[in-house]
Amino acid sequence: MPNAEFRVLSPTAILGYGFPEESFMAGVARRPHLIACDAGSTDPGPYYLGSGKSFTNRAFVKRDLRYMLVEGLKLGVPVVVGSAGGSGAAPHLAWCRGILEEIAREEELSFRLGAIAADIDKAAAKAALRVGKIRPMPFAPELTEEAIDASCHLVAQMGGEPLVKAFQAGCNVILAGRCYDPANFAALPIALGYDPGLAIHLGKILECGAIAASPGSGADCAFGTLTGESFILEALSPARNFTRESAAAHTLYEKSDPYRLPGPGGVLHLENCSFAELGDGRVEVRGSRHENTSPYRVKLEGARKAGFRAVSIAGSRDPIFIAKIDEILHAVRAQVSTMMQNTVPGSIIFHVYGKDAVMGPTEPEKVNHSHEIGIVIEAVAPTPEAADTLLSVTRSTLLHYGYPGRISTAGNLAFPFSPSDIAVGDVYEFSVYHLMEIERPDDFPLQIVNFKRGRIES
Amino acid sequence: MKKNIQEAARIIRSKNSGPYELTLDIMFKNRRYFDLFRAENIINPELICRLYRIPQSDILGILYFEPAQAVKITMKRRIPSGALGDGDIYGAQQHAPLLEIEFEEN
Repeated sequence: MPNAEFRVLSPTAILGYGFPEESFMAGVARRPHLIACDAGSTDPGPYYLGSGKSFTNRAFVKRDLRYMLVEGLKLGVPVVVGSAGGSGAAPHLAWCRGILEEIAREEELSFRLGAIAADIDKAAAKAALRVGKIRPMPFAPELTEEAIDASCHLVAQMGGEPLVKAFQAGCNVILAGRCYDPANFAALPIALGYDPGLAIHLGKILECGAIAASPGSGADCAFGTLTGESFILEALSPARNFTRESAAAHTLYEKSDPYRLPGPGGVLHLENCSFAELGDGRVEVRGSRHENTSPYRVKLEGARKAGFRAVSIAGSRDPIFIAKIDEILHAVRAQVSTMMQNTVPGSIIFHVYGKDAVMGPTEPEKVNHSHEIGIVIEAVAPTPEAADTLLSVTRSTLLHYGYPGRISTAGNLAFPFSPSDIAVGDVYEFSVYHLMEIERPDDFPLQIVNFKRGRIES
Repeated sequence: MKKNIQEAARIIRSKNSGPYELTLDIMFKNRRYFDLFRAENIINPELICRLYRIPQSDILGILYFEPAQAVKITMKRRIPSGALGDGDIYGAQQHAPLLEIEFEEN
C-alpha cells in the first residue's frame, strides 16, 4: 500500500455544468495527481442515448474541458473524462472528441489521447443472452433479442480496467465512452496500489463535484486526498465545506442501498465506514471496502425508437371546466377516437398541471384546489404526421368542447403560444438496462492518438 | 403528542436510481429522531404502500443508514423514466406523500 498521498481534482458534477475558475485554480494549486470528470448520466431520460445527442451544452463542455486539458498538461498529470457526450455511445464519444481536438488545436497542446469505446456489439449481446449471461436490473423486463436489435445504441458501463490499459499505453488524456462514474477517479490510484474500497468510494463522491459538500453544488469543484488508510474530502470554494453529514448523505444519492453499492466486477461495502470532521471544513473517511465478484458483470444500457411526439400547452381559468376536467378529457378522448375511426395510430396523453400531472394515479390529493390549471396535450405516434394530426384534432376538440353546465362558450383553453402545436420530434424509450457477464473487463476498444502542438501525428 | 415528520426531518426527497427505480430519502435533524423512527419502525412497508398506492412487491427495500441519520425507501417506478405517460423523468418530485407522515413524541 503506497504511503504517499494521491490527490484528485474533480472540477464539476458533469462536464459542461461549469465551475468557478477560482475553485478550479485552488485545486490546481494543491498539485493534484489526476484531474477527472464524469460527463454522463441516464437521468435525463432515454432520448439522449437513443438519439446519439448530448444533454450538455457544447460551448460549456468546451469551456470546462479547456481548463482541464490546459492545466492538467501544465501540471503533467493525467486528465480523464468518462461517459463522454453524456450517454457514452459512439456518436457521443465522437462529439466530445471533436471538442477536445478543437481545444488541442487552439491551445497547441501536445499529449497522447486514449479514446475508449463503450459500444457493445449486438450479436455478442444476443449470444450472451442465449447462454443466460444477461439478467435484468430490478423491475426491468426480461431482455429479448428483439429489444437488443431495436436498440439505436447499446453501451456497457466499463469499469476501471480499460482506463488502466490506456494509462499503461502512455496515454495522459483519456476520453472514455460510457463508464462507471467512480472509475474515472479510482482506476489510476487502484493501478498504483491504493485500496480499491477507498479509491472507489472517493470516486463515488467526487464524481458529483461539490454536490456532496454543504451547501451542495453541481457546478463547483471538489478535491480528494487518498492515503493508505483513508481519504479526505475538501471543497475548494469558501462558500462551502464538507461535513460528516454531507459526505455520508451523499452515499444515499440516486442509489438503492447505501451499504452495498454494486459496480462493474464488484461491490463497495460501507457497513464499517466512518466519517470524521477534521475541523477545517474537511472530512476524513475510513473503512470503505471493495469486494470483487465473480463472474464480472457490467451494466448494459440501450434505448430504442418509440415514435414521434407533438405537444400543445394550454391553460384554463374556468372553475366549472376545472371541476369537470376528468369527465371532459374522457369525453374529448372518446370523440376524437370516434372521428378518427382508428385511421390514425398513436396515443394521446393529457398532463393536467394543478391536478396530478406530476404524480399521476399515485397523487394522494384528490380534491383540486387550483383556481387555474395547465394542460399539456401530448400525442405520440409512429409518424410525425400522425402525431401532428392526433394533436391538432384533440386540441381543437378540447378548445370548443361543449360540456354540460358550460357558461364560457367562446373557448375552453388559453394558449400562451402561436403556433399552439409544437412538433417535438423523435421519442425514445429505454430498451436495455441489464447486467451482462464478461470475460475480459479490459477488452474495450482503445484508440491511441498522439497530438503535437495541437496537430494529430500520423 | 402527534407531530408531523417535517419537525423531525431536514431533508425529504425523491430521485431515480436508474430508469426503473425510485428512491426516497428522509434525513433526520438529529440522532434522537433517527433513533425514534428506527425504534418505532415508523417508516414501514404498509405505510409506504398506503401512501403511494402500491403493492408490497413494488418495494425493493427500506433501510436505515446511521452515518447520515437517514432512512431510504426504494421502490419500483410506476412508469420507467421517459416511457410513454411518465411525468417526472428525473423522479425528483415524488416525495410529497411522505410530508404527511405523523409520529408520536412524548
